[in-house]
Amino acid sequence: MSTEFGVWVAAFFTIGIASFLYKDNPLYKFCESVFVGISAGYWAVSLFWENLIAKMFDSVGVSYMFGFWSEKGALQDLFSGVWNWNILHVLAGILGIMMLMRLFPNIGWIARWPLSVIVGSTAGLWMITYFQSNFLSQLQKTVIPLFDTGKIQELSQIGAVMAESGRSIPFDNYFAAYLGNLVLIFGTLTGLVYFYFSKEHKGLFGKTAKVGIYFLMITFGASFGYTVMSRMSLLIGRLYFLFSTWLGFVN
Amino acid sequence: MNKFWERLLAIDRRIIFVVIFLALSVPIFLQIGLPIPVTSEVQILYDALEDLSRGSRILVSCDFDPGSEPELQPMTEAAFKYFIENDLKFVIIGLWPQGPIQANRAIEDINESEDDFIVENGDTLYFGEDIVVVSGDTARYGIDFINLGFQVGQELVIQRMGTSFEATFPTDKRFGLSQKEFPIMDGIYRLADFDFVFNLSAGYPGTTEWVQFAVDRFHVPVGAGNTAVQAPLAYPYLDTGQLSGILGGMKGGAEFERLVGHKARATLFMTSQTMAHIFVMLFIVVGNLAFFATMRKSDKQGLKR
Repeated sequence: MSTEFGVWVAAFFTIGIASFLYKDNPLYKFCESVFVGISAGYWAVSLFWENLIAKMFDSVGVSYMFGFWSEKGALQDLFSGVWNWNILHVLAGILGIMMLMRLFPNIGWIARWPLSVIVGSTAGLWMITYFQSNFLSQLQKTVIPLFDTGKIQELSQIGAVMAESGRSIPFDNYFAAYLGNLVLIFGTLTGLVYFYFSKEHKGLFGKTAKVGIYFLMITFGASFGYTVMSRMSLLIGRLYFLFSTWLGFVN
Repeated sequence: MNKFWERLLAIDRRIIFVVIFLALSVPIFLQIGLPIPVTSEVQILYDALEDLSRGSRILVSCDFDPGSEPELQPMTEAAFKYFIENDLKFVIIGLWPQGPIQANRAIEDINESEDDFIVENGDTLYFGEDIVVVSGDTARYGIDFINLGFQVGQELVIQRMGTSFEATFPTDKRFGLSQKEFPIMDGIYRLADFDFVFNLSAGYPGTTEWVQFAVDRFHVPVGAGNTAVQAPLAYPYLDTGQLSGILGGMKGGAEFERLVGHKARATLFMTSQTMAHIFVMLFIVVGNLAFFATMRKSDKQGLKR
């Protein structure tokens, strides 16, 4: 059994949170509140030091000016004739202060300006990014032959070599080679038909859309399966911690 | 018979919790190993790493926190062991504040040296922090690996690394020294100077952002280790070749452990995982049978009325 205080605290909170499985109780409430408080505190401190202080004061050179930091910043560089892009953090700082004007109803409208900068720049950034990575690249890879003949040939060659040693290629490799492309193209098309709402889903169009729903359902099912796996993994991790690190039952 | 199904439907959920608890716990004690076949997505990542020449530099972005430790920590440890054994240099960063701390823990855990420290040129070097020994191979901080810590800014951090790595991560986290003072950083000016990016991701910012910015903008190969929740979102990038392999959840971690020859926690946990899945499937089947059996009865009752 562990003699470390930290391990005992971790074990206490693990059991406290898990006690909710029996029913809601004061121990769970206590552990949950501590967790929420610590998380909020951690983020506040982390963002204060890593974002506000590091970006606004250290990199600009304000901390150096007042003797809180030994490294020179953008202001010192500028005064010695060297351009430093970090000076633009001042602009971001001004926008940040403008955002805080929402706290004062009379001049709250000022906050709209930084908000518009955020919305505009984010939209611009994501428009290009998603168009390139999630639209064009994906679309490009859907324009493929119905049957991957190269892969089929490669598989038959590998299969012949493996057969000599009494082994065989797993079935899923054959499935991927023979039907993979077909399923991909068919699934994409039927899925797109389902999301086409300008025509009523009736007749052949409706049936195609229905096939699209089945593809979507399979996708959701796979995603749910992965989620179950993930949650089980986390539980295994905590159980292993209790049995191994805390109680020392398992090496 | 119908009463049996009705009872099953009304079963106390806590009984199910106990069954799952036992299904997960017992294999931990028995430590039975199950065969773990390697899937193509893991093999692709492993092959990509194998293709790197000795001395190549890998950027490891630890974008996760202790909440995802059971899934991602085994992958991190296996990857670090592999890098050290194959003389691959790695630079650790994090887009999540606790990611680089998790990386430090992994480095301490994989260290096999029994010594605590050595004094060299007047400096005290600690095993597990400055020096790591894995299977007789030694990695040294600043030469073979370095931790540059967390940087706030999500995907914009990746974007900025594309133009200037030093401006994005000016100092290391252990000593607070300029990154340029460490030999491992020689010749690294921007993201494209790295040979490979290995991203361990539990959400946003994570693999999606690395693909969108590092791969599609700066053309750096990226391989990913994901939590199982996130893995389905990353698979489309694998089919298009945007991602150079995925380790999906604990299963992916176990496969990777097998490939690199270091069977550890992920491999051990897979037995528990498998047992739990068997019971979950059983519950789903039995639950559906009970549902349809009782539904037929209630339909009949409805007709009589």
